Amino acid sequence: MDPQAAKLIGAGIAMCGMIGAGIGVGNIFGQFLAGALRNPSAAGSQIGNLFVGAALAEALGILAFVMGILIWIS
Amino acid sequence: MADPLHQFQVTPYEWLDFGEVTLPVVGTVHLAFTNSHLAMTIAFVVVVGFLTLVTSGAKVVPGRLQAVGETLFGMIDGMTSSIIGHDGKKYFPFVFTIFLFILGMNLLGMFLSFTATSQLAVTATFGLITFGLVVIIGIVKNGAGFLKLFWPTGAPLVMRPVVGLIEFFSFLLRPITLTLRLFGNMMGGHIALKVFAGFVATAVVGAAGWFGLLIFPLAMGMTIGLTALEFLVAFLQAFVFAVLTCIYLNDVVNLDHAH
Repeated sequence: MDPQAAKLIGAGIAMCGMIGAGIGVGNIFGQFLAGALRNPSAAGSQIGNLFVGAALAEALGILAFVMGILIWIS
Repeated sequence: MADPLHQFQVTPYEWLDFGEVTLPVVGTVHLAFTNSHLAMTIAFVVVVGFLTLVTSGAKVVPGRLQAVGETLFGMIDGMTSSIIGHDGKKYFPFVFTIFLFILGMNLLGMFLSFTATSQLAVTATFGLITFGLVVIIGIVKNGAGFLKLFWPTGAPLVMRPVVGLIEFFSFLLRPITLTLRLFGNMMGGHIALKVFAGFVATAVVGAAGWFGLLIFPLAMGMTIGLTALEFLVAFLQAFVFAVLTCIYLNDVVNLDHAH
């Protein structure tokens, strides 16, 4: 296979890591919404935790993204 | 179409390029005033200027401008004292500084052509400063007791070495995740913006033929939506960096009475 093509395909495959981040972030916001509808009075105080959790889940997807970019431009 | 990665290139300004300079300790370096340097300087001036403007005519009943500054101050103040607890006030200046500087650079990246936080070197510096501060405060405050951070008392005795090892490596990964989260979010967002703006340009110059009539509204709408999203991300990433700094500081400040 042409090395350039293999590199681009590899960069594309590396982006599969974003799937996990998508599931994780969706799960966090979905669970937050479910919890917030059950007890709306407690929801406001948990916004900070919500975004920290989303950021932590997202960071792993970002690792995959950075890896993809590195493969792409290298 | 221009390369979407072109915007991340660091280029020195010709009239401020000092060429190869030999410094006392560092050795020979290429010293130059670059566009990254300029973006950070502007962010610094904007942050200092904004806070000076806000506090210059301080009144008991705040006006509009003062209310903005007080909201930012109060948000970080409330965060440090709610996460770190009683000692939070001591660490407030560091968290507030790092929050405002990152926020300034992120937001200026939306207005200027260069985002300083999309450079790995810049975000790595922030990550290492935060990590170094956590380690230094942990050792100064707890001495050898700092190692208790890696000795989970909640786990069964057999599992403790294993869990402790995992804790240790996740501790070492903290500066890397701090660095890459900010870097990846800012770079990814700006690449996506440029790619969709490139689609608009392709459609407008007629490179896509009649198909451009379909591409143009879709890509233009996407660009506008992404711009709005990027402003949210710019704030959120600065906020998340500040929150994580607080959480990491809390780990070592309240090591004896973990809550």
